[in-house]
Amino acid sequence: MKNMNKSTQKLLSTIGVIVVLYIVLSVMEGTGNLSSLLSGLLVPVCAYSLVAVGLNLCVGYLGELSLGHAGFMCVGAFASAFFSKVFMNTIPDVPRFILSLLIGTCFAALFGFLIAIPVLRLSGDYLAIVTLAFGEIIKNVINVIYIGMDSKGLHFSMKDMLSLGMEPGGTLVVNGAQGITGTPRQSTFTLAVILLILALVITHNFVNSRTGRAVKAIRDNQIAAETVGLPITKYKLIAFTISAAIAGVGGVLYAHNINSLIATTNNFGYNMSIMILVYVVLGGIGNFSGSVVAAVVLTLLPELLRGLSTYRMLIYSIVLIALMLFNWAPSILEYRNKHGLTAAAIAAKFKKKNTKEVS
Amino acid sequence: MALLEVTNLGISFGGLRAVDEFNLSIEKGELYGLIGPNGAGKTTVFNMLTGIYKPTDGKIFLDKTDITGRKTADINKAGVARTFQNIRLFGDQSVLDNVKIGLHNSFEYGTATGILRLPKYFATEKEMNNKALEILSVFGLDSAADILASNLPYGKQRELEIARALATGPKLLLLDEPAAGMNPNETRDLMNTIALIRKEFGITILLIEHDMKLVSGICEKLTVLNFGRVLSSGLTSDVLNDPEVIKAYLGE
Ligand SMILES: Nc1ncnc2c1ncn2[C@@H]1O[C@H](COP(=O)(O)OP(=O)(O)OP(=O)(O)O)[C@@H](O)[C@H]1O
Ligand SMILES: [Mg+2]
Repeated sequence: MKNMNKSTQKLLSTIGVIVVLYIVLSVMEGTGNLSSLLSGLLVPVCAYSLVAVGLNLCVGYLGELSLGHAGFMCVGAFASAFFSKVFMNTIPDVPRFILSLLIGTCFAALFGFLIAIPVLRLSGDYLAIVTLAFGEIIKNVINVIYIGMDSKGLHFSMKDMLSLGMEPGGTLVVNGAQGITGTPRQSTFTLAVILLILALVITHNFVNSRTGRAVKAIRDNQIAAETVGLPITKYKLIAFTISAAIAGVGGVLYAHNINSLIATTNNFGYNMSIMILVYVVLGGIGNFSGSVVAAVVLTLLPELLRGLSTYRMLIYSIVLIALMLFNWAPSILEYRNKHGLTAAAIAAKFKKKNTKEVS
Repeated sequence: MALLEVTNLGISFGGLRAVDEFNLSIEKGELYGLIGPNGAGKTTVFNMLTGIYKPTDGKIFLDKTDITGRKTADINKAGVARTFQNIRLFGDQSVLDNVKIGLHNSFEYGTATGILRLPKYFATEKEMNNKALEILSVFGLDSAADILASNLPYGKQRELEIARALATGPKLLLLDEPAAGMNPNETRDLMNTIALIRKEFGITILLIEHDMKLVSGICEKLTVLNFGRVLSSGLTSDVLNDPEVIKAYLGE
C-alpha cells in the first residue's frame, strides 16, 4: 500500500510540474516572449510524449519490445485527419474534434489488437519484428491511397487521382504521397497538455490495478503467472491495445497541428519509432514521467542547439550518451546508490523538505 | 475416488523416458510425500500435473475430472496450485502484490473499473489487501508486505511462494522441495507451518523432498521414484522399511 502511495505521489508531482510548465509557457506565449520555433514545438512535444508513454506501457510493463509505435501514431493521425476533413463542413468544430479523437484512438487500438492477436501468443522477439514491419508497411500503404469525396459519396483508389472518377466539384481527401491537406488545426497546447495528463493518469491507474498486476506478473514470470491461473494472452492483448491506443492519441494531436499531413520515414517511419524508444529507454523503462521528461528534453535540445549549427548533432549525441550512462551504467548506478542520487532518494529528499515547510 | 488419481503417467524427452508408468492416488486431506534421488523425475511429475508438460501417456483426475493435458491456468482454476524448486516469484512486485496476484481469480473488477477508479475498485482492492494480509500472517510475512519480493531472504521467498499458491484457493497444493536451501531450524519451522496450513486451509498437500528423514516426520504416505519409475509406495513406515527402497535409496 505504501508502494501505491509512492507511485501516486510521483504521478501527482509530475502532473504538478507539467501544469506549472504549462502556465509559464502559456504566459510567455501570450506576452510574445516565446520564439516562434519553440511555440511551434509545444504540441509536437506533447504528441511525442504521449507516444512514449504508450510505448513505455508496452516495454516496461508488458515486457515486450515494439519497434513500430510510430505506425500506431500514423494510424491515429490519418484516421482522425480523414474524419475531420470529410466532416469539415457538416459537424461543428468541437464535437467533430472529439469524434475524430475517438476515431483516431480506436483505429490505433484496433491495429494494435489485430497485430497482437497472432504475435503475442508466441514468446521471443516476434513482436519487435512484426511491429517493425507494420510501421513500414502502414506508411507505404498510406502513400498510395487516394480518396475523394463528391455528392455521390467517397471514391477510393490505390492508383492515382484520376482513377477516382470524381465529379468536377469533388474534393480530394487523401492524395497519395501528398497525404491529407487542410486538416483543421485544432490541437492547441492546452488540449495537448490535458491529453498528456490524462494518459499519465490512465497508465498509472492501469498498472496499479488488478489487470495491471496481472500484466506485470506475466512479465516477471510467465510460468508462475500461468500456475496461479492468469489468462496470459488476454492480459497481453489488453496491455498492448492500450499502448497502441495511447500512441494513436499522439497521432491525432500531431495531425491536427499541421496543415499537410504526409507519411514519411522521419515522422512516422522507423526513425521515429526508434526515437520514441530512445525516449523510453533514457527516461527509464517502466517510468512514465521519465518518458515525458526525455521526450521534452530530447525534442527541444536539437532545436535549442540550432545556433551551433555544425556541432548540433555532435552535442546531441554526447548528451544522449551521457544520459544513457547516467541511467544505466552499473558503476554509475552504484555511485548514485551510495550517494543517494537515485530518483527515489531525490524524491524522498524533496518530500522531507516539503513536509518541513508545511509543518 | 481419491482427490488426485494418476494412472500410468509417462513422458519422453526425445529418447529419454523421464517418467514411466507412474501411478499415484491421494485422498482428500492427506499430506503425501514424493521422494527420490536427483533426476528421478519428481519435478517432471509436478510439471505434468500442472500442465506445464503434456504427458505422453496416462491420465490425471482431480476430483473425478480429467485434467490431463489441460492448460496450466485451467488446471489452477480446477484446484491445483504449486511452488517451484527454483523459486519463481514476481520479483519486481511487493510481497503483498504477489499474494494479490494469487487472489486474482477470486476477486473481480474489470480493467475499465481499475482505470477509472470506480468505487468498486476501492472496495475490492481493500478486500484483497485484507485477505492477502491474512494469508501472509500465517507465515509471519504480513510485516514485510511492502517489501519487494526479490528483496526477501531466501527462506522467506519460499514461504511467499507457498502463500501465493494458497491464495488461489487450491484443493491440492504441490510443494517442490520447500525446504531447499534452509538451515535445520528454518526447515523445522517450515514443516510445522506446512502441517498447520493443511489443517487451517483444509487442503491436500503433495510435497517433494530430497531428505528422507524430513518427510518421514510429517507425511502419512510416500511414493518413491527412481529412474522415472515408482519403486515403492504406501504408508510412510512401510515404505521406509521396504528392502527395495533401502537398497536403492537409503543405500550403504
Ligand atoms: N524439458 C526437459 N527436456 C529434457 N529433459 C528433461 C526436461 N525436464 C526434465 N528432463 C530430464 O528428466 C529427468 C528428471 O528430471 P527432474 O527434474 O524431474 O528430476 P528431479 O527428480 O526433480 O530431480 P532433482 O531432485 O534434482 O530436482 C532428468 O534426467 C532431466 O534431465
Ligand atoms: Mg526437481
